[in-house]
Amino acid sequence: MKRVLGVIMLSAMLGSGAVFAAEQEQQVGEQAEAPAAAEPMHEGAAHHVAVGAAHEGGAHQVAGHEESKSSETAHHILHHVADGEDFELEIPVPPYHLLTVPIASWFSFLKIERTPGACGKPVPAAMESIPGVSSWLDGCWDLRPTKAILMMWTATALLFLTVFLGRKRDANGVPKGLLTHLVEVLVLYVRDEIVVPNIGKAEAPRYTPYITSLFFFVLFMNWLGLIPGMFAATGVLAVTTALAVLTFVLTQVAGIRSAGLKGYLAHLTGGVPAFLWVIMIPVEVLGLFTKPFALLVRLFANMLGGHLVVFFLLGLIFMWALGAVAVALPLTIAIYMLEIFVGILQAYLFALLTSLFIGQGVAMGHHGHDDHAEHAAEHAH
Amino acid sequence: MNLTSAALAYLGSGLGAGLAIIGAGLGIGKLAASAMDGIARQPSAVGDIRGSMIVAAGLIEGATFFALVICILLAVK
Repeated sequence: MKRVLGVIMLSAMLGSGAVFAAEQEQQVGEQAEAPAAAEPMHEGAAHHVAVGAAHEGGAHQVAGHEESKSSETAHHILHHVADGEDFELEIPVPPYHLLTVPIASWFSFLKIERTPGACGKPVPAAMESIPGVSSWLDGCWDLRPTKAILMMWTATALLFLTVFLGRKRDANGVPKGLLTHLVEVLVLYVRDEIVVPNIGKAEAPRYTPYITSLFFFVLFMNWLGLIPGMFAATGVLAVTTALAVLTFVLTQVAGIRSAGLKGYLAHLTGGVPAFLWVIMIPVEVLGLFTKPFALLVRLFANMLGGHLVVFFLLGLIFMWALGAVAVALPLTIAIYMLEIFVGILQAYLFALLTSLFIGQGVAMGHHGHDDHAEHAAEHAH
Repeated sequence: MNLTSAALAYLGSGLGAGLAIIGAGLGIGKLAASAMDGIARQPSAVGDIRGSMIVAAGLIEGATFFALVICILLAVK
């Protein structure tokens, strides 16, 4: 069984290397052909690759020099790791054209322009670093799904499938079957080791479903990025930002639920005398945002960096000679194993820190009243 | 030497990444050393210590990745 798994994993990695090779060759081949022929040469499925490569070829003709192999590889890899409008299934279907799933054009009805032509407006200089916000304010509501969103849907579908297949129980409700037991072990681990120690037994049932879903969702998204041909949605800043915003909202909700609105605002002052509030309140408000911000950068950078390292180590085969396989492949396998571990570790850490922050919010309500003595008296009998 | 701003950005990015990893290596090394001491003193606590060590290592690496993200920003912009 272990040997079979090892063989499958090895062939998956070699397969992804071969796909890289096929696509790279195709790009290089098209660059060579671009000066000779006009654009519409491949009527097949890989329109975007043809157009992209022809653009590259054209641009380089203008520039007057050829892109070196290493910057070409780097450009290719960065294109794979970034979010985009199409999803390229890197399966070498003969004759080695890559299937493209043009998600953005399937959902083009979601590109809502409040005023016609709003999406083409140039970005004012002040908003140059956040062009998305600027175009949103201009009236271009571009809600079309991207590659990352497709991957999130895939992760959700896999999650549903796993839980659906893992729901076999016998007459008394006792789980039976391997997958059911596996799911049960993981869910119980999340509840008993992550949620209850941090949030407390009283409030845990309220937050356990969210923390469990969060843990499994992040885990599946992280691991999905390791499968050749798929893309890690958590390596996109927007996805981790959304998760961190949810954590932030839940933390404030937990605080307001437990301490009431006045108690929550009182915590923002930090218990200093009134004349220091002017300094204290901005600092505390800023402190509210730094914790989810740390969460989001941690997850994003771990996933982006890890997958980038795997890609670049495989890309060494193309930047150097074919014989570099002897060096690159063992390194890649080692970092790949580390990435599997880092995927589950980052999911665990995200869930743990979220439940820690929620627990801090829940604990906000117990400082105010002196109920320890009463509780002790109640528990005595 | 033609010090364009792009060249300086790449230089800064490389130096920054190196310094960041020095910080991470020292921090996690100290953490691992304390964990080893703890396990040596009380081998029965190895499970708890291992769990706490992994969580703390994750947090330290999170801080390192802040610096790394800034280096990546320098290198791609």
